[in-house]
Amino acid sequence: MRQYWWKIVSIALLVFVFIAGFFIRVPDIGNLQQTIRNLFFHVPMWPGQFTLISVSMVYSVLFLRKPVIRYDIYANEFARTGIVFGILGLVTGAIWANYTWGAPWNNDPKQLGAAIALLIYLAYFVLRNSMTDIDKRGRVAAVYNIFAYCMYVPLTYVLPRMTESLHPGGKGVEGNPGLGGGDLDPTMRIVFWPAVIGWILLGVWITSLRIRLRLIEEKKLTVVR
Amino acid sequence: MSKIITLIRKDLLLEIRQQYTFYGILLYVASTIFVLYLAMGQPEEKVWNGLFWMIQLFICVNAVAKSFLQESRGRMLYFYSIAGARDFVVSKLLFNAALMLVMSIVSLLLFQLLLGNPVQNPFLFSGIVCLGGCSLSLVFTFLAAIAARAQQNAAMMAIMGFPLIVPQVLLLMRISNAAFSDVIQGGLSQIILLLVALDILVVVLATILFPFLWKD
Repeated sequence: MRQYWWKIVSIALLVFVFIAGFFIRVPDIGNLQQTIRNLFFHVPMWPGQFTLISVSMVYSVLFLRKPVIRYDIYANEFARTGIVFGILGLVTGAIWANYTWGAPWNNDPKQLGAAIALLIYLAYFVLRNSMTDIDKRGRVAAVYNIFAYCMYVPLTYVLPRMTESLHPGGKGVEGNPGLGGGDLDPTMRIVFWPAVIGWILLGVWITSLRIRLRLIEEKKLTVVR
Repeated sequence: MSKIITLIRKDLLLEIRQQYTFYGILLYVASTIFVLYLAMGQPEEKVWNGLFWMIQLFICVNAVAKSFLQESRGRMLYFYSIAGARDFVVSKLLFNAALMLVMSIVSLLLFQLLLGNPVQNPFLFSGIVCLGGCSLSLVFTFLAAIAARAQQNAAMMAIMGFPLIVPQVLLLMRISNAAFSDVIQGGLSQIILLLVALDILVVVLATILFPFLWKD
């Protein structure tokens, strides 16, 4: 129980989000209408992705301080789940944009930022897999991961605030790049924050499963050798 | 500090003794812009601006890529033992920034000569070009170090670099748009400061992370 309580919390929160998210009464704002329910699925992807790649970056720093293969695997797998969350966020965003902005892709600064983030992390995997020496691979990949993270944060969390955007929180608009300031309806807030926590926990859970798989594979290889 | 100057002087001497690399890049700049002129003629200002920065990107990849790849493993070890990794990377950053400065100015002149001159505010734009050349070279120098370590070529640099350079390029586009109109908009100094801050971030990251990259 001490080990896996957070997995139960994750399931409970997400079940709550899926039920309440589709059934609560939502405010009628402009042309959003019922698509506003996507707030519970599209928006939490980004805190989820941010959390996962931040954890990945922390493990890269730990690897540079103390080169243990385990840290490299952790960093790699957290970045991988981060990419999955990024793709899901882009897809849910594209569906939403299709109904409210008229087209799935609008060259909005935040759409571009999210797409570039995908390219950055795909390059991380290309770089990592281009080397065969395990120690060197871990170190070079960790250095790139830290560098990429430090370039990625200004791109998605600073620059979009300075340009006009269809998303809330652009230039001259209240709020941060994700949400429209304090205008989140109280009933929606009851579902939104559990959704954020639930999706983040699910991301960590998926990653922990992948890590266990990778560690077993690693062990098998060393035994055979 | 004296070690950094010695290392820069070494790079400069190498450049003077093996002039074919320097002229090679110059020829690359000239022929790329000439091909662009054949393809585009004299485009309007927005296209001009976009093309200019894209060409800067490609020049930067080519000019900077060789800086780490030319050093053999044994020579690397020698530099590491006499000067230390930090001095080495700082000298490379400075040298490449200077090299890119020259290339940026040459390509600006060629652009003005061949693709017309829509720039309204030439002094401002020259300043932006110098700042932009340095910003690009700093990021790509560090990526060249990573690519060299992974025993990869310039293609890997482009894969890693083009997504990572986007913040700088976006800011540069925004600033240089100001040079195409008579009126200078407000908030320009804020963007320039942001760009300089990004450059400082890159230099700090490079000096912190480089020793890990070269430790064996």
